[in-house]
Amino acid sequence: MPRLVSHPDEVKIVTRRFGMGAAEIDRYIELGGYESAKKCLEQGPEFIINEMKASGLRGRGGAGFPTGLKWSFVPKQSTKPKYVLVNGDESEPGTCKDHLIFLHDPHAVIEGTVIAGLAIGAKTGFIYLRGEYRYLIEIVEKAVADAYAKGFLGKNIFGSETEFQVIVQTGAGAYEVGEESALMESLEGKRGVPRIKPPFPAVVGLYGGPTVINNAETIATVPHIFAMGGAAYAAVGSERNGGTRLFGISGHVERPGVYELPMGYNLKKMIYEVAGGVRGGRQLKAVVPGGSSTPVLLPSEIDLGMDFDQVGKAGSMLGSGGVVVIDDQTCIVEFALRTISFYAHESCGWCIPCREGTDWLKKSLTRFHAGFGTMKDIDNIQYLAENMMGRTFCPLGDAAAMPTIGFVKKFRKEFEDHLNGKPCPFAKHVEVALV
Amino acid sequence: MSTESLSIFSPQLAARFDALVEKYPLRRSALIPMLLYAQDEIGYLSDAVMEEVAERIGITTLDVRNVASYYSMLRFKPVGKYNVQVCTNISCMLRGAYDIFEHLQDRLGIGHKGVTADGVFSLEEVECIGVCCWAPALQVNYDFHDDLTNEKVDDVLASYRAKARSEQAEGGSAHA
Amino acid sequence: MPDVTFTVDGKKLTAPAGTLLIDACRKAGIEIPAFCYYPGLSLQAACRMCVVRQEKVPKLQTACTTQVGEGQVFVTESAEIAQARKATIELLLGNHPLDCPVCDAGGECELQDMTFKYGAGESLYVEAKQHREEQKWSPAVYFDRPRCILCYRCVRMCGEGMDVWALGIQSRGASATIAPNGGDHLDCEQCGMCIDACPVGALTSDTYRYKTRPWEMNHVATVCTHCGDGCKVTLGIRQADNGTDIVRADNRDKSGINGDFLCAKGRFGFDFVESPDRLTKPLIRNAAGTLEPATWEQAIRHVASKLKEVRAAGRAIGVIGSNTTTNEENYLLQKFARTVLGTNNIDHVRSTDYPGFAAAMAGHDHRAASLRDTQTAKAILLIGGNPTEEHPLLAWNLRTNFRLNQARLYIATDSPIKLERQALMSLQLPVSLESGGYESLSDFLGGDDNALDFGAMDDVIESRPTQTDTVPTELTHAKTFREAVLAEDSLIVIFGEEFRGAAIQKLVAWGLGKENVKFAYLGDYVNSRGAADMGLLPDLLPGYVPVSEPGAFGEEYANLSKQPGLDAVQMLDAAGRGELGALYVVGADPIASYGVDPAAFENTFVIVQDIFLTETAALADVVLPSASLYEKTGTVTNSYGDVQLVKKAADKAGVKTDFEILVRVAGGMGIDIKKLVPFGTTGKGGVTADMGQSRGAQSGEADRHAVWLTANNLEPRLSPFDPLAVLDEIQRLLPAYQLDRLNLFGGNDVPSQPGFVPVSDLLAQAAHQDVVLPAHDGLFTSGTLGAHTVALTEIRQYQHSVSDAVVAETAAD
Repeated sequence: MPRLVSHPDEVKIVTRRFGMGAAEIDRYIELGGYESAKKCLEQGPEFIINEMKASGLRGRGGAGFPTGLKWSFVPKQSTKPKYVLVNGDESEPGTCKDHLIFLHDPHAVIEGTVIAGLAIGAKTGFIYLRGEYRYLIEIVEKAVADAYAKGFLGKNIFGSETEFQVIVQTGAGAYEVGEESALMESLEGKRGVPRIKPPFPAVVGLYGGPTVINNAETIATVPHIFAMGGAAYAAVGSERNGGTRLFGISGHVERPGVYELPMGYNLKKMIYEVAGGVRGGRQLKAVVPGGSSTPVLLPSEIDLGMDFDQVGKAGSMLGSGGVVVIDDQTCIVEFALRTISFYAHESCGWCIPCREGTDWLKKSLTRFHAGFGTMKDIDNIQYLAENMMGRTFCPLGDAAAMPTIGFVKKFRKEFEDHLNGKPCPFAKHVEVALV
Repeated sequence: MSTESLSIFSPQLAARFDALVEKYPLRRSALIPMLLYAQDEIGYLSDAVMEEVAERIGITTLDVRNVASYYSMLRFKPVGKYNVQVCTNISCMLRGAYDIFEHLQDRLGIGHKGVTADGVFSLEEVECIGVCCWAPALQVNYDFHDDLTNEKVDDVLASYRAKARSEQAEGGSAHA
Repeated sequence: MPDVTFTVDGKKLTAPAGTLLIDACRKAGIEIPAFCYYPGLSLQAACRMCVVRQEKVPKLQTACTTQVGEGQVFVTESAEIAQARKATIELLLGNHPLDCPVCDAGGECELQDMTFKYGAGESLYVEAKQHREEQKWSPAVYFDRPRCILCYRCVRMCGEGMDVWALGIQSRGASATIAPNGGDHLDCEQCGMCIDACPVGALTSDTYRYKTRPWEMNHVATVCTHCGDGCKVTLGIRQADNGTDIVRADNRDKSGINGDFLCAKGRFGFDFVESPDRLTKPLIRNAAGTLEPATWEQAIRHVASKLKEVRAAGRAIGVIGSNTTTNEENYLLQKFARTVLGTNNIDHVRSTDYPGFAAAMAGHDHRAASLRDTQTAKAILLIGGNPTEEHPLLAWNLRTNFRLNQARLYIATDSPIKLERQALMSLQLPVSLESGGYESLSDFLGGDDNALDFGAMDDVIESRPTQTDTVPTELTHAKTFREAVLAEDSLIVIFGEEFRGAAIQKLVAWGLGKENVKFAYLGDYVNSRGAADMGLLPDLLPGYVPVSEPGAFGEEYANLSKQPGLDAVQMLDAAGRGELGALYVVGADPIASYGVDPAAFENTFVIVQDIFLTETAALADVVLPSASLYEKTGTVTNSYGDVQLVKKAADKAGVKTDFEILVRVAGGMGIDIKKLVPFGTTGKGGVTADMGQSRGAQSGEADRHAVWLTANNLEPRLSPFDPLAVLDEIQRLLPAYQLDRLNLFGGNDVPSQPGFVPVSDLLAQAAHQDVVLPAHDGLFTSGTLGAHTVALTEIRQYQHSVSDAVVAETAAD
């Protein structure tokens, strides 16, 4: 069972009910649950969207698009049914926040889904969880059943004339399905290959209907926004970055865990104070600030506020909020190899630059890490990654290329140390080279 | 699929599938869950499984194969009764996942995608399973085991081995 | 959509808003490279080759998915774009086997061309390439996985284009691969469209694999010999010991009436030309009664003298022509029969009732649909038949028109057909072929509610929704169908041999009563329509002019009898009665077709011109080995009246074209050949050729000069064996064949204009129903030709084994 952590700097909004048995509906109601949905039902779509805009909530999946704005893009009139889609395909390495949300507070997700549905005029919402989360799917399915039993879902939610259905869906192992249009494909029973955009989901989404798709954390945040007021929520975070964020700190820290901290919280403080510093008193070598796809930061670069804008300015991305801390005993080449191996495994194969690029990066880095690299390989790896950037069908290519470029640029010396048949100075686990 | 007797699935699962295909705006939305649940019962996606699923949804077997082969949790060969899936992705790797994986290889005497001779265990190196903050971690079938050490891994293996033994003593597996 | 103006590479372009940038550019002559884009198929944006720079957009955009809008500015070639494309090719080449020296596609490969253009000449990787063995998916299709670049053209061509859906994409990432529906084999229509669409050598055909290099072939565009649709097919020709071989047939430049399409028969069914069963020497029956090889001189002399003898004796002579010879040959044959043999006993094995169609359409201009019309028509009513099997190009057109233009297809047949998947409505008719009951549909369409007898459909009714009142569900449905058809502003009515004689008359009369209704009447063979148009009929001259009122032909044709002759069946009956002195058969097998007792020919001198020893040839007195359609020049007319040029591709030592044989026989009979074939510069009907004297043709001007000559009908006709000399005469005498010669000789299909000559006494003649023998050839059969085509035979056997396997599996369940 995932361990819960706590730190005084935390501002517990989304995690407020964690560890309090809120997966049980009665307990959830006791803790103020479903009040936001009722309020939203009374106030109507305009109120919801205004409040969401006021909250400054930006998508927690990684791209950071303002949620209220996204909802407002959905056309009011539509001949096809509209849908709300909750992306719980949490798969970005370094990220396990949604895991805790589904485990401890599944009704927050359901309630947020209802509110999103009210905002756009949808009658159906889907909560899609990655297939590996089977036990969480069972928890969410039970929560949904309980909500139906209470009349919070169904033909007449909360005794009103409004209908809202929720269907829980399982994935079956595919990082790429985290991409919103790929998720829709998957939900329609197809290969998880993204769709051509435009049209965007807000206009043509699931089953061809206008669709709002949000990350599970985003949706779980929604009821809290209406409980505390959009402005109050916005006030918690930094400029243009409303509220809190669930930061999952993993890797070489003393106290890894998921912490809810205000947007803009200092990364250095997060590592050294919140997570207890580098494990075993070692030195910090690097930090991956927002899941495996975000470019690595050097220790000299981590004195910055963790919000979308500040991390972006530092040349990386806030991403999914998965902070991976790397100590000085780690081989960056091996880390880069493990990262690219993941993207090669998860590339859907649709477009050439991603399919072939991730594969060749993996092959080159494998050989390189085994000590069979040449100086030219280093340039080659960077060239390959740079030529994937911005050229692929979906962001997965960038997700693979960006960190690779970062590793080569910032740790070129360490790559060079692998040259001339020298074994990896750190790693014990060297895969057999392909040559 | 009109009558249960023609189904290769248990009556319970067949009934579940009957409901599942009606649950969505489009029948084929049920495809991925069906494949996963079918695999849970049968052990893997045999040709017969894919043919019946195709028929239930009303698509071609080719179409089912196209989709099934996309998802990494779906497999086309049997695995052990307990499929041990070790995450070696970055967060787990940093906290010793490869040691754990090596330890498991030693203990089970099999490598990646191997199956023990008695069919009780199979081993697999997998990508991130979403337990990064409690690394290193693994999944046995759908059960998570986190904050692993070699000793803890031994305990985990022992508990499943005992489970397998007791089930065998009862004269067969749970769904036989 | 209103037009918008945008800028590409500094050029102002205009196109309807929403046009894809790649299409707009291609139209303006700006080539944007692409692997996955294929006009008419769904968009993929997968290959990333068509990336362009759009002003004010941060990332490079794919031209295949960008819709042009007012004021947009694009750059399609720059250092940045060239680098992006080069990098993509480098990635592809990383795992590509680079076995171009042995690859079928080498020399005509899009990957090669793009590598050449963008210069990805350096190998960036030292890792071993992933080798996979080639896979045989069917007798038609092989797959070489390492060569595949995953552009998904094949998958879409098979699914969207063919509506077969036999190819899929399996696994993901670098393991992603194209996979066939049978696991390791293809269970499909074996059309080979996937091979055609493949930009590289990943999909190859059994008939062509490792046979030659593309540059060793000459490419001759001609017309497929297998069905009445008349697809343009390009034959790849290579020198061989005994002439020239056809090593490949494909749809090389997609410039024909068939657009992107070619079926299995067109693509794989050409090896009959090399069949060991081919006749290559004339045969004369000797005193012992066996056929013995002879020289051409002996054979021609024998035939000529025998014919003269029979003619002199005043005995009847019959002539049966072919559905697969050219218009010129057919015209010549009937002219030979009527003017040299002096008889109207001429016919062909009719696959359908074109004279009946001509009678029905008499006097109505612009009411005949060309095959191209079926690509764009807003609404089509298909009655009877099964185009998917018997008219594959028509089926392709209907599917494509439905997919791209949302054409409304109405289908009325007596049993379900595959095209119903594209149909807006379909109506199952309570008729069978035997009852000829299709006729009643005309009455029903005309307003007679009781015309269709749904009572005969008890077995079908069970599976339908129950009746709600006294009106049968079927009738209600049929009325809805009729209302929808009647509500169409324009309509093409397509039908075939289910309608003959009066039935055609009735259906056409119904349609003529409506505005904007056009008709197409389907025949079976490559020149079924041409055979009828050219007057291989006992009662009708070319252009359906009655022999009783021959008009201009009366002056042109010496000795023309105004008495209609015997039709094919009557000729065979006459032979049986010993009343037929000679029977001259060209490219037909009446004994097999009509099931005649060979003994009937005891007192008849039988001459057969054919490419194989047919049942009729086997008992002939003289057999003359003729050239196939792929070995001659001329024109053919497809079911829809579209005329196309047939070009000589292959050559077979020992054979002669039917045209030449006829001219030689006529010559042997002492006829003035110039009266038969208007060649040379003198004599009536001859053509004076301007060989450039008036224009001072100079070196280098030859081609332009030829164009000029063509445009002015001045091609020199210097040989009696030049079939185009006869085409001149056809054009001169047949109002329907006023063809656009420039387009015709340019290799395009040109519609004949069947403002059919009124044929007043036709109906009485056409009462003879059993003279029509529909072939109903399917996707892999083609009469005698199909039986002698190894590739098609193998596919037939394979298809049989695949369907057997399915039956066996089902049984095992």
